[in-house]
Formats: sequence, structure tokens, C-alpha cells
Amino acid sequence: MSMSTKKWIGLALVALALLALPLVLTSVGTAWVRITNLAILFVFLALGLNIVVGMAGLLDLGYIAFFAVGAYVYALLASPHFGLHLPFWVILPLGALFAGMAGAILGAPTLRLRGDYLAIVTLGFGEIVRIFLNNLSQPFNITNGPKGITRIDGLNIAGMDFVNTHTLFGIPFTGPAKYYYVLLILLLLVIVVNLRLQKSRIGRAWVAIREDELAAKAAGINTRNMKLLAFAMGATFGGIAGGMFSAMQGFVSPESFILHESILVLAMVVLGGMGNVWGVIAGAMLLSFVPELLRYTVDPVQQMLFGKLLIDPEVLRMLIFGGALVLTMRFRPAGLWPESRHKLEMSENRS
Amino acid sequence: MSVVLLEARNIGKRFGGVQALKDVSLTIRAQEIYGLIGPNGAGKTTFFNVMTGLYPRDGGEVLFGGVPLELDTPYLVAQAGIARTFQNIRLFGNMTAIENVMVGRHVRTHVGVFGAILRTPGQRAEEAAIRRRAEELLHYVGIPHRANDLARNLSYGDQRRLEIARALATEPQLLALDEPAAGMNATETVALRKLIEGLRADGLTVLLIEHDVKLVMGLCDRVAVLDYGEKIAEDVPAVVQKNPKVIEAYLGGGSD
Repeated sequence: MSMSTKKWIGLALVALALLALPLVLTSVGTAWVRITNLAILFVFLALGLNIVVGMAGLLDLGYIAFFAVGAYVYALLASPHFGLHLPFWVILPLGALFAGMAGAILGAPTLRLRGDYLAIVTLGFGEIVRIFLNNLSQPFNITNGPKGITRIDGLNIAGMDFVNTHTLFGIPFTGPAKYYYVLLILLLLVIVVNLRLQKSRIGRAWVAIREDELAAKAAGINTRNMKLLAFAMGATFGGIAGGMFSAMQGFVSPESFILHESILVLAMVVLGGMGNVWGVIAGAMLLSFVPELLRYTVDPVQQMLFGKLLIDPEVLRMLIFGGALVLTMRFRPAGLWPESRHKLEMSENRS
Repeated sequence: MSVVLLEARNIGKRFGGVQALKDVSLTIRAQEIYGLIGPNGAGKTTFFNVMTGLYPRDGGEVLFGGVPLELDTPYLVAQAGIARTFQNIRLFGNMTAIENVMVGRHVRTHVGVFGAILRTPGQRAEEAAIRRRAEELLHYVGIPHRANDLARNLSYGDQRRLEIARALATEPQLLALDEPAAGMNATETVALRKLIEGLRADGLTVLLIEHDVKLVMGLCDRVAVLDYGEKIAEDVPAVVQKNPKVIEAYLGGGSD
């Protein structure tokens, strides 16, 4: 059997597994489908941030702001708040566009900054966006302040809503399961876009800036534009994730976009392996699922061992989290699955 | 042969209280190998950095092909046709050798984000052309076998060559080399000399900062000497060598 046939069979199996996943998970509990959906959103976010941090090397600690922009664009244009109910295929791209613009606008003043300084300023910008959302209820009520926006329209494709369960070929498809399939399609797009950018003239320019900005300048790269582009592209992914978040949750408030989330996404990128698309995906999955698994296991295990709850799952979660990051930095500083340009090139030549 | 390619006029640069460059003017003619020499700290590298837009200047201008260079935007300097290497080699260490050269093609290629995402026929053609050109250039500088090695894993001499290949990828008219022979052994220096002569034969103009006086005197058509930020001589090597000011700058005057 030739390499390519094997590859195709492997791909087909993976595709089949991904398609069957929500049906299996539904039988365990619909909550797990929701958890998977959120994990996919975090993959979007991590891949977006990977462009900024992993490829272009710009340490951004306010990334969640673009998630917020996408979420609020969706929420404002598809909820009773303004009485607007635009279809998702209009608002999702619109949210991505707005987030992308916000990325470029917030990126512009930081162009001369690097490393720690950039991190501090972006952290500030992230907070500014959140505080804006919190306070833009006066004098005109735009964001409804800390109360957030409720009753956001869910997706609705060709008359099929995403709330009720539909039965197709005798298989029940719950709302979350349907979202899962939409997210899966988007995920595929996001991955393809990421991989293609990485292996393009643009991606090389980003990596060159990360490696040595001065040399990149001297080699003829317009570093200003390329950095703005990185901020904008990264933010666009955040905007898409935000729009889907709004649609899935039906509710957004500034509380969802705190610094903690920015750091979580950054941790996913760093843990997985900066710059490597697959590593980042794995990092996002790991940091999304492990805490949930702990939530469901820590309690019963402690009950069984000690007869009572000694450590709150939430506390243990952060403890393991911190420990895992420290260990990663100590033993695999480039992440669990680091970018391996060397190998990448070798495999390219063989095919 | 005597067409002026680059003309620097009264370039000034000061770092705090130190006047690193004092009204430096020099003219480089097309297709010559022009040497810039001087004792340590004379301002040679500073001149390079100002000329390529990496340092802001305090005064003066640089005409390239008769047109003033936009020194505030380094990539426009590269676009105008000046490429450089660095004294302390600055490669993209975690990129492969060929990728380093491919980065150099950036300024001469155009496909943007949408082309890359959609992988249009135009993008694929351009990408293939970039790779082909990069392979040719690696071949040209003599390291085709290192194409897929990470730049940081190359030997010192190969890194110097790779940096030249990256510079050549921008299709320069003027190639500015900052101490390319530094740290090279005799064999490597001879090979480098051949490479530079080949570049000139292929129509390039070369500006060379070098400490190796033998290399400079043998290779350069004309030489300028900087001392304490001032140009103290500019002529053919044979004349410069006999200039008393130059001898004093190198050997130290009575005041020291």
C-alpha cells in the first residue's frame, strides 16, 4: 500500500471519528458535547493567538478583547437589545471583520514595543475593552453594561434552528451536536488558513520578524505592515470564535472576557508549542478538557479515598494547571509539540 | 564604469556626546568594489546603519542612482536596491537556510493574505519561483547542500555565505558587506574573495567594510578611510596606503 493511500485511509478514519463524536458524547451526557464545543472555540482562539505570539513573536496579553468584539458584534446584531435579528452568515463575518480592525487599531500604537513592554500595553488594552463593555450603557445603552446581553439568537440554517433536537435517519441530533458540526467545518477552515499562511511569503515574514526584527527590516520586510497584519489576522480568528460563542451561549457579559481568559489562551499556545499549528491545537484541547475531567473525577475520588472532600476541584485545577506549566517550561521549554521547521522541510522534499 | 551609484552627502550621527560620524561624504561608482576602512570605533558600521536606515541620522542625505533614499523606512532602502550583511551575522536562526533566502525575496514579490489563503495559481507560481531563486542563490554562494538545515546549525563560514545569499535575494544593485572576512581562516578568505569578485563580474557594486588590510588592498578599486567619524582619505588603495594621515590613524600619532 502506498504512502498516500495509507494517508487517505487514516484521514477518512479521523473524519469518521470526528463525525461520530457528538453522537457518542451525547450518550454520555450532552454536557460533554458542550464542553467539546467550547474546546473547539478555544482552539480557534489559540490558533489566532498563535499567529501573533507564535509566528510573529508579539507577546499579546489582551487577546481576549477580540473574542469580546466578535461576541458583542454578534450579540448586538442578533438579539432583542436593539431589535435586530440579522442572519448569522452576515454577522459572523462582520464580527470577524470588526475584530480584525480592532486588532489593527490596538496593534498600531504598540508597533515600537517589544517583549515585556508589549505584553504590559496589550494587557492594558484588553482591560480597556472589557471596561468599555462594562460602561457603555450610558448615556446611550449600547452594551447593557455588566448585565450583558441576553436572548441572543442561536444559529438558524435553512429554517433549522439549533435549539431543538432533530431526528435524522432515526438518529437524534441535539442542539449542541448541531453546533459541533458547524464548529467542525469552521475549525477545518481555520486550520487550513493557518497552515497556508504559515507556509507563505507572509508567514515567513512573520517568523523572520520573530527571529530578528532588525535583520528582517534590512532584508526588505515592511515590519510595520506585517506586524499590523499579524495583529489583524489573529484578531479575526478571535472574532469568529466570539460570534460562535454568542450564538451558542445566547448570553454575553463583560465577565467572560477577563484577563484570566487571555492568559489561559496564551498558556494553550505556549504549552502546545508556539508556532506549530498542531501543537497549539493539542495544547488548547488539553487545557480545555483536563479541567473538565478533573471537575468530574476529583470529587468522587476524594470521597472514595477520604470519605470527604478535602480539596475543592477548582483549587486543585489551578494547582495542576500551574504545576503543568512549570514542568513544561522546565523540561520542554518550546512546548509539548514544538515547531519543527527542520522536519517540516525534510518531509516536504520527500513527497 | 564611472557612473555614480551612491552618493552620501554630509552624513552626521551623534550618540549622546559622541560624534560618531562627522559630515561624511563619499561617492560609490557603479560596479566598483569600494572599501571602507578605519581603526576600531571609527564609525564604519555606524555609517552602514545610517545608510541602510537602521539608525536615524542627524544630518545629510544619501542619493542612490540620483534619487534620495528614504532612510526612515529601511525596507524602502532594500527596495531601492541596497542589501547588506551584518558584522555579527544576523540570520533567522530557527528558519532553514533556504527559508532565510526566501525571506529575502519578500521585497520583490507581491502575493498577500488572500492569495496565500486561497492558494491561487498566481500564488503557487510565485511561491515556486521564490523557492527556485532561493535554491539558485544557495548554489551561487556555494552551500546548496545546507538548504534544509537550520541557519543556526551552519558553520561560521556558511552562515556568512547564507547571509550574502539572503542579501542577494533582494536583487540589490549595491551589496554592503560588514566585515565579511572577520573570523575566517585563510582558505575561507580566499573563497570569499572569489565570491566578491564574481559578484562584481555579475554587475553588482560592492561596499566593503574590512579589517583585513591585505584583502581590502587587493580587492578594492577605491578605498575610503574613516577616523573618529571623519573621512580622512578616499582614493585607490595604492595612494591611500601612502597617505600620512592614514598611517597615523592606524599606527597612532604623537599625541597618544
